[in-house]
Amino acid sequence: MISNTSREDTGDRPIPPTSVPKRRRERINRRVIPGFGLTMGFTLTYLTLLVLIPLSAVFIRTSGMGWDDFWKAISSPQVVSAYKVTFGVSFYAALTNAFFGFIVAWVLTRYQFPGRKLVDALVDLPFALPTAVAGIALTALYAPNGWLGQFLYPLGLETAYSTTGIFIALTFIGLPFVVRTLQPVIEVFDREVEEAGASLGASRLRVFFTIIVPALIPAMLTGFALAFARAIGEYGSVIFISGNQPMKTEIVPLVIVKFLENYNYPQATAVACVMLIASFVLLLIVNILQRWTESIGQARS
Amino acid sequence: MAAILSRVRHDTYPKTDNAITEPRLIRWLLILVAISFLGLFLFMPLVAVFVEAFKQGTKLYFATFEDKYAVDAILLTLKIAAISVPLNLVFGLAAAWVITKFSYRGKSLLVTVLDLPFAVSPVIAGLIFVLIFSTTHGWLAEPLKEYNIRIIFALPGIALATVFITLPFIARELVPVMQAQGKDEEFAALTLGAGGWRTFFTVTLPNVKWGLFYGVILCNARAMGEFGAVAVVSGNIKGRTSTLPLYIETLYNEYNGVAAFTLASILSLLALLTLVLKNFVDWRVAKSRNNQDLNLSLFTFPPFTRPLAALPHEHPCPQHP
Amino acid sequence: MKIKKTILLSLALTLPVSPLAKAQDTLLNVSYDPTREFYSEYNEAFAKHWKETSGRDVEFEVSHGGSSKQARAVIDGLEADVVTLALAADIDAIADMGLIAKDWQTRLKANSAPYQSTLAFLVRKGNPKGIKNWDDLIREGVAVITPNPKTSGVARWNFLAAYGWALETYGKDEAKATEYIRKLYGNVPVLDSGARGASTTFIERGIGDVLINWENELLLAIKEGGEKFEIVVPSLSILAEPTVSLVDKNVERKKSKEVAQAYLEFLYSDIGQDLAGKHFFRPSNPAILEKYKAQYPDLKLFTIGDVFGGWGPATKKFFDDGGVFDQIYLKQ
Repeated sequence: MISNTSREDTGDRPIPPTSVPKRRRERINRRVIPGFGLTMGFTLTYLTLLVLIPLSAVFIRTSGMGWDDFWKAISSPQVVSAYKVTFGVSFYAALTNAFFGFIVAWVLTRYQFPGRKLVDALVDLPFALPTAVAGIALTALYAPNGWLGQFLYPLGLETAYSTTGIFIALTFIGLPFVVRTLQPVIEVFDREVEEAGASLGASRLRVFFTIIVPALIPAMLTGFALAFARAIGEYGSVIFISGNQPMKTEIVPLVIVKFLENYNYPQATAVACVMLIASFVLLLIVNILQRWTESIGQARS
Repeated sequence: MAAILSRVRHDTYPKTDNAITEPRLIRWLLILVAISFLGLFLFMPLVAVFVEAFKQGTKLYFATFEDKYAVDAILLTLKIAAISVPLNLVFGLAAAWVITKFSYRGKSLLVTVLDLPFAVSPVIAGLIFVLIFSTTHGWLAEPLKEYNIRIIFALPGIALATVFITLPFIARELVPVMQAQGKDEEFAALTLGAGGWRTFFTVTLPNVKWGLFYGVILCNARAMGEFGAVAVVSGNIKGRTSTLPLYIETLYNEYNGVAAFTLASILSLLALLTLVLKNFVDWRVAKSRNNQDLNLSLFTFPPFTRPLAALPHEHPCPQHP
Repeated sequence: MKIKKTILLSLALTLPVSPLAKAQDTLLNVSYDPTREFYSEYNEAFAKHWKETSGRDVEFEVSHGGSSKQARAVIDGLEADVVTLALAADIDAIADMGLIAKDWQTRLKANSAPYQSTLAFLVRKGNPKGIKNWDDLIREGVAVITPNPKTSGVARWNFLAAYGWALETYGKDEAKATEYIRKLYGNVPVLDSGARGASTTFIERGIGDVLINWENELLLAIKEGGEKFEIVVPSLSILAEPTVSLVDKNVERKKSKEVAQAYLEFLYSDIGQDLAGKHFFRPSNPAILEKYKAQYPDLKLFTIGDVFGGWGPATKKFFDDGGVFDQIYLKQ
């Protein structure tokens, strides 16, 4: 029960990959299970109408611009500064989540304490809570006159209307990703390996850093990348708490909205184009990381 | 309880074995760190919503629901969910079927496209529909004017943006479940002469029902809570195109904090209900696994932490006698 | 084209019944932020008037937000019958897209501005930072709240009022005025997207030492927020003219021209003007302005035409992408 992918099933019922040629296997497969044409047709039509055609609108609009204009649009100083804010703060938020998310995942899977199940259940909250609600709630907490803000501001911690505010919002929305990616990996981590290490005389600290951490790194990176990917597109929760100052606390999605509201469609679509490509690349990286995680899982089992 | 314990393997180990756990002090320290972190970022915002909503008493809380526009916003949000969830439900079933039951080239690409709406910024999700359906400069401006059809700044546009944002949810929940299920049972049913639809409804669907259920409630929560994409295409007409999250923002801007947080508390309750149902599903699955010894491990990954594109390309064909 | 039609037809099948089919009149007024309270009361008054004069019922739909943002929505196809925005430039932008006749501003009295307003400062009780005039806003340690001129109408008025004051003070020296503006925005910690958002930041969130906003918005804040604030009137400010217009293309299609026209004209009636005064706008009718005179602070006003030659040149110079507003942030 290491994971629920079909690779696991192959472990139980190994099929020599060469026994049936790939093409033939595909054909057998398609013949036995019905509905390939119907489901494939429907899936492709749906995705084309709702995802591909709409997204292509961005690229087609942009392609009318000419390379020079495009470059000017996506490299204007305000846009560049917004990239820095978005990618920079998203990075730190994801890093924070990777660190604390690891502790949370570890605590939730390895230790017993009262209220553990409740805490575990609430970790998913940012998935289910609307971003606008998160935005006004975080602002109510962290504004200078907010519950926490009133104690933090005297200490010199400007928790709202600053990059710190953006950081808080992005940490909130990315929180479940690292925890939920690590949890199953920690859960199934083979304790016999830890025991072996310990019986050979390694200290707990050494076991932790030489055996456990390396095994968890791929999952941690996956969680990090997912939290990062989610953070760079975030809008709803950030705008309430960020301050929205050009060159300082403006995130890329807000810059796009601002261009839109000034009837500057070319620049809005050009910047959207850059963000779409960034999202796509991130997705690919996540997929590669995920395969890495799985291959390690397989090698271990 | 036993069911849950059996799922977590380490519970069978003696807990006092110092060789494979940390000293008590470290353990409590880590628990403290974890709880403080979650407290600061998760629980406090949630508590803040309810405290702010009830700040001036329950009477004012319930007075919010006498506001006609608030009721309209709730109804619109329900309508949007009623349109987008079933659409994505049908799509999710078809996509999961085609992804898990067959092998073909380009599957990796297919699942990456399926993942896209998750990675795309909601603002861009709104923008694309403006680029297409704007009646002044969109692709379809001419025919839209000719037939006097309104897409953006009306219900269809809001529904479209919501469908886009929530598109992968159900499919993503179903794929791992169908994958874990394998194809043996369908093969058996088909071999015994059942038709395709019958096999689907009597074999596949019962097997994936809990995954499907969780996908639906999650999709629903997201559909009702979407803000960024809807803000771009809504026009924010009170009572007509103002959804619940947008109306919350409006109220917040009208110096009506209590009403804003009251409506926010409804959406928070919905989120909490979603989590409760999720845990109920977890519990049901654990129970059924225990009873029938099914090798199912549902929801070890939550939504979105398992990218579909990373699924194996090769799906071994089960052996037939 | 054929594909487009097919897509459209399939979409059309999912459409709800068009609201055009309703028997009563409906009117969508797309407006800017601080008019929420005014139009909600004005709409009731007009509904009564319309019932009396035409015998028909009218149902209102309203949308409020940052002025430019609202204009953008109308340009993109939001089917507003009338727009009542913060500044003429936003209606010009809609006119540029061909939705409104170019000469719209001459179609109604008083430059299509049924009510006027100006800008003032709101400070915290007791004025702890001692803010008296525009030059106090660039002092170190003073946090100023004003919305983003890229999306908000009042923010543009604020910008121009400050710039106009600086021109006047520094002997028409544009470089010095720009330097003043740069310092001013250096003191702005939050740029909200609309006038109302800025008020919320200052009042509810407790950010900043001074809020520059519509006079009517500040008077409302005093009314709602009670004792915690006071208004400071600068030596010089701009006469702000929020303008209104029919959206010609939309009223033609929706066949709502008659009611929309009546709606706008009623703004100039005694009832409309009185309501404007009640909600702290400055009525364009001198007789009614006189009635409410006591509530408006007395200050020297200049117009946008006097100093900047109207909205066209002002927008181009200051607010277009790459204009003065963008540049002051680059130099920081």
